[in-house]
Amino acid sequence: MDRISRILSGIEKDRSNIIKALQLVQDEEGYISDESISLIAKYFSVSPVDVEGVVSFYTQFKRNKPGKYQISVCDGTACHIKGSTLVKEWIREEIGISDNETDREGLFSLQTVACLGCCSLAPVISINGKVYGKLDRKSLIKILKKYKRGDIV
Amino acid sequence: MIKRIKVGTASCGVAAGAEEVFNYFKENVKDIEIVRVGCIGHCYAEPIVEVETENESVFYSRVKANDEYLKAILSLDNKFRHQFPESRKQKECIKVTRLSGRIIPTSIDEYMENEGYEALKKALRLKPEEIVEEVKRSGLRGRGGAGFPTGLKWSFLAAKDSPEKIMICNGDEGDPGAFMDRSLMESVPHQILEGMLIGAYATGATKLFIYVRAEYPLAIKHLKEAIKQIEERELNVLNGRKVPIIIKEGAGAFVCGEETAMIHSLEGGRGNPRYRPPFPTDRGYKGYPTAINNVETFANIPIVIREGSDSFARIGTENSKGTKLFALAGDLKYTGLIEIPMGITIGQIVYEVGGAEPGSVKAVQIGGPSGGCIPEEHFDAPVDYDSLNKLGAIMGSGGLIVIGKDRCMVETARYFLDFTARESCGKCTFCRIGTKRMLEVLERITHGLGTEEDIAFLEDLGEKVKKGSLCGLGQTAPNPVLSTLRYFRDEYVNHVVNKKCDALVCNALVDIYIDREKCIECGLCIRTCPVGAISEDYVIDSEVCTRCNSCIEVCPKKAISRIARENKSGQS
Repeated sequence: MDRISRILSGIEKDRSNIIKALQLVQDEEGYISDESISLIAKYFSVSPVDVEGVVSFYTQFKRNKPGKYQISVCDGTACHIKGSTLVKEWIREEIGISDNETDREGLFSLQTVACLGCCSLAPVISINGKVYGKLDRKSLIKILKKYKRGDIV
Repeated sequence: MIKRIKVGTASCGVAAGAEEVFNYFKENVKDIEIVRVGCIGHCYAEPIVEVETENESVFYSRVKANDEYLKAILSLDNKFRHQFPESRKQKECIKVTRLSGRIIPTSIDEYMENEGYEALKKALRLKPEEIVEEVKRSGLRGRGGAGFPTGLKWSFLAAKDSPEKIMICNGDEGDPGAFMDRSLMESVPHQILEGMLIGAYATGATKLFIYVRAEYPLAIKHLKEAIKQIEERELNVLNGRKVPIIIKEGAGAFVCGEETAMIHSLEGGRGNPRYRPPFPTDRGYKGYPTAINNVETFANIPIVIREGSDSFARIGTENSKGTKLFALAGDLKYTGLIEIPMGITIGQIVYEVGGAEPGSVKAVQIGGPSGGCIPEEHFDAPVDYDSLNKLGAIMGSGGLIVIGKDRCMVETARYFLDFTARESCGKCTFCRIGTKRMLEVLERITHGLGTEEDIAFLEDLGEKVKKGSLCGLGQTAPNPVLSTLRYFRDEYVNHVVNKKCDALVCNALVDIYIDREKCIECGLCIRTCPVGAISEDYVIDSEVCTRCNSCIEVCPKKAISRIARENKSGQS
């Protein structure tokens, strides 16, 4: 709670900064909780439903706590025609999660994103911001296993 | 004598392993400067390393972080040297991307050594209205998609009398399959900022915003550093007043590329577009007059001013001047970022610049979810705003995906509708529900459950969604469907009448088949199959099989393949 208040105190109290506030809170917490919404609403003197409306509009904001490793599967045009649907299927087989789900251990969560802008390396995924390209089933599973074992932190 | 070594560490380079290469070189080479640069556009060859010597530049491609590569590079060995494809070199026209990947993105000094900020200096010696005139004369049109004349937009803003005037750089590159703006922001942030400062001087803008997608962290980082350098040198003091430059991070909404939606997002709200007029140049951000230009448009401005409008207008066609960047991806050899003069043909881009195999290409998709598919028989059409419109596509921001013969056009159309249906902001009924209904019909067709009436329904509803939507998203959302219906109708008919997908893409119309003649019964497929669909005697249970292709990938004898499903009833 205090942490969120501290983040907010560094932001100018103009409602044009609501998105920025949400981004900073999510950076800190990993998601936007109910408490965060009411604190942000109070800080900018708007109603909580206004903030909720902004949160639900933008795909960047998450309302559930994500896993330690956030996998983003790119479904841009190039990745799509190069098999991003298969990539998702392979991830489901390997760690048992589909879109917007987190595994039971809280290790991985999965989301589909519009385009990571690395089209020439399609298909690509990113895990906590690190991009992996030119994936096939073998290389993908190798990468996931590395994270599972904790070889990459 | 090696002067320095440059490693391309823009996003696609990093994804290919450039960061490891950079660190390895840095650790093992002490006496030569190793620097990070942006993207030279040849993404197919990443990671790319450039060695600068006294009199030449030598490029190495697909570099690995090991001693073998390092030794070859330090001795300027011919091994691993990159050969730039000759046909691409001849067709390209490098203007906007001249410094991209060649200089350190966040070094203002290096930018200035390469004529950087000379255009701004030149501009400041002119009257603001002279600059607007110059941009008008150059014929530069907006590179974000719609192609509105930049000079004209600037003249609207310049004519306004207001205590605050806003200029926004649109870096919300949301089109899946497009990465021109990302590459420019990562590689030459100063060039974009110089264009914005010239724009601010010409129009009297008092505040500058850059709206960047949050998915582009490296672009944001480089822009921030560049802005800091500008402020230190007070380059943003125009006519004696300081013009603040503010970065705003988007939060993942495609519709925010639309200008009124972007303004709402900048104001901190939901990114819903609104009715125009009033146009943003009359009433924009917080009610102040506002002009929005695309990243690539701003990156063109320093060239227009430095070289003059006549020189700029010599490249291109009657109504489309200058060069255009395209993000080339899909089924071709030389993927990457290309810069071509307006007016060369689609075929030249696909085959000569992109090196696609003749005979292997079915169509190109231009303009992303707002654009359309252009079939091979129209590849002689020139790339300019008007010709592409006539073919049912749009210039768009510059995503150009080459679609090979083995892709399904119905599934491609379904993909784009799935995207726009999700990204629709929900304000207009036709866009919100119409795209959803179109998507459902397309899903039915790709599942083998469509009827011939469905095709007519798609055409009818597509036209209505175009007419019944307020902003560009809805007005163009049916384009991928309508353009594929126009050029690839037989594929739709094949799906609904024969229940066949000739490209073997649509899973419900496909079976996986093991050729027992080739099979050596090694058991690899049985062990790999995640759902246990393959029996001991190598028969695939098609009810259980998810068609994930895992068995096809592991089979050492290539005995397993996708075949057309015999069952005519389809599957849901």
